Amino acid sequence: MWDYSEKVREHFFNPKNSGPLDEANGIGDVGSIKCGDALRLMLKVNPESEVIEDAHFQTFGCGSAIASSSALTEIIKGKTLDEALKVSNQDIADYLDGLPPEKMHCSVMGREALQAAVANYRGEVWTDDHEEGDLVCKCFAIDAVMIEDTIRANGLKTREEVTNYTKAGGGCSACHEKIEDVLIAVNGRLYSSEPKPKKSPLAVPGESPVKPKLTNYQRIRKIEDTLEALRPMLQRDHGDVTLVEVDGKKIYVALTGACQGCSMESATLGGIQAKLVEALGELVQVLPVAALAHA
Amino acid sequence: MKPIYMDNNATTACDPAVVEAMLPFFTEQFGNASSIHSFGAQVGKALKEARGKVQALLGAAHDSEIVFTSCGTESDATAILSALKAYPERRTVITTVVEHPAILTLCDYLEKEDYIVHRLRVDKKGRVDLDEYKSLLNDRVAIVSIMWANNETGTLFPVEEMAEMAHEKGILFHTDAVQAVGKVPIDLKNTKIDLLSLSGHKLHAPKGIGVLYVRRNTRFRPLLRGGHQERGRRAGTENSASIVGLGVACDLAAQHMDAENTVVKKLRDRLERGILAKVKNAFVNGDLHYRLPNTASIAFEYVEGEGILLLLNKEGIAASSGSACTSGSLEPSHVMRAMGIPYTAAHGTIRFSLSRYNTEEEVDRVIAAVPPIIAQLRKLSPYWSGEGPVTNLEQAFQPEYA
Repeated sequence: MWDYSEKVREHFFNPKNSGPLDEANGIGDVGSIKCGDALRLMLKVNPESEVIEDAHFQTFGCGSAIASSSALTEIIKGKTLDEALKVSNQDIADYLDGLPPEKMHCSVMGREALQAAVANYRGEVWTDDHEEGDLVCKCFAIDAVMIEDTIRANGLKTREEVTNYTKAGGGCSACHEKIEDVLIAVNGRLYSSEPKPKKSPLAVPGESPVKPKLTNYQRIRKIEDTLEALRPMLQRDHGDVTLVEVDGKKIYVALTGACQGCSMESATLGGIQAKLVEALGELVQVLPVAALAHA
Repeated sequence: MKPIYMDNNATTACDPAVVEAMLPFFTEQFGNASSIHSFGAQVGKALKEARGKVQALLGAAHDSEIVFTSCGTESDATAILSALKAYPERRTVITTVVEHPAILTLCDYLEKEDYIVHRLRVDKKGRVDLDEYKSLLNDRVAIVSIMWANNETGTLFPVEEMAEMAHEKGILFHTDAVQAVGKVPIDLKNTKIDLLSLSGHKLHAPKGIGVLYVRRNTRFRPLLRGGHQERGRRAGTENSASIVGLGVACDLAAQHMDAENTVVKKLRDRLERGILAKVKNAFVNGDLHYRLPNTASIAFEYVEGEGILLLLNKEGIAASSGSACTSGSLEPSHVMRAMGIPYTAAHGTIRFSLSRYNTEEEVDRVIAAVPPIIAQLRKLSPYWSGEGPVTNLEQAFQPEYA
């Protein structure tokens, strides 16, 4: 059985706002073909203020689909349409004290129903562009379609690269075979994970230090830009990163939000480091800000 | 109230007599059966007795045809991989679309290794087409693997006939019989079945013990090589306590075989009739005239299985869903899909699998508990309105699927 939170159980056993809503003026019907779940969200919107005065749902789906629907109606009641549209699937999952990775799609379905219902109220046509694949990485809830898209978009060749770009496989590592299968499906073959020939002369031991190509200013800007590009990925999981200090090859960063104290902290730092090594063309070490105190 | 266990196709309770027989093998009888000294010799004797009991339940001609393994999955993998190794020029496997993942996932993997896998389709009652099967039998086939009984619907397959057909063409025949052993009479010596898998925990023995039956003179290649245990066909120190337990369980299964097909069957039929009389838009899946006596697979249309299970669990009733939503995958059951059961019914399929420990009083409690649960969930369902499915086309629920 799934490890459902108390909140999920509560909303499943005693769902809020279930059943038809006769005065509804915005209705969204969506389904997830992946698991056959389907949801109808009904909104009663005040035409003057665009405030959602009431919200009801009917759901054909598993316990967490019903709980996610119930949570969604509770979250959006009293909000304006624009406010409600800002509700993310993560907000729904957070409201329920989390969902198992396999069940995150239930919260995605909730968000899609909301978009569809608002579009219906506004007389627009809503089309869904989100395709869902088989769940590959259970630690970070990453599916095959997302991995495939990322491999194509970035020309990824190795499992390590996939982990750096998507986080898939960065946890327990049990899904590495599945990631390799996706790589083979996209690239037609599996490239070796051997480290690339070291391009940076700095990496060659025994040689006299070579002048860095970048000025200090350029180098720090590059570090900042690289971190900036990584932030949306971390923010998606309610975390964040900021640059604290650059001391030669040691780069100190602060992980904040959900990243702080996360059991995956070292994997996250590893991923950031791989990105920085790639961007700077030199070997650097990324350390948590706590290490600065000991430095 | 005492909980009711009706998920015996998933696993069974160890019979108390099984546990009692096992206990000495954790304490004073700890010896290694291969040792010369008396500690080992007594264990060796116990293993021989247990082997004889398994042989008797399966109707095998020789006790040396019984190979103990760790589980049904190991037995299945050993059988198929052995055939492919023993007949390297034959690169085709024939099986069905409704096998257990122990077979199907292995076959998917074999395809990646460039083997050819034919998966026989099934009709809406879960039956294979023997003409299609016959047309696939040729000298490129290394092995046929067909389950004796389906775990979700209980539908039986004509494995004895199919084994004859394979035998005529000189093809090895394996059957995954983990659901059938102990529930239907089996007499292997009078069949052409070459290999058969069984799993202890499906018949009131503990988990972690399985058997692969290997007919004498079958070309065989072990999966695990090492010591001489199991005559070199499955290396690794014998799980002596569990083997002894399985022996007792096989004895008990033979004793209860008649009751399984009369008493348990009657309880199952009572359960089905009782539920269908009270819940509309529900039906039984599988081949009603040719199935296991203990299994009831009931589809409740327009609701989803996991919700039913959670509410049943609240009432102290343990069952499982045909929808794999509960087992880590989100796809509806591959068995229901293969049978062409519509999404809205496949997702609402619940499997009640009984055993000799269930009582009429328990069956009646389940019959009373199910209707209000279905009604409660249908109230939440967008496909349902008032007393029946939505029929008004204006209101009909046609979600945009992602």
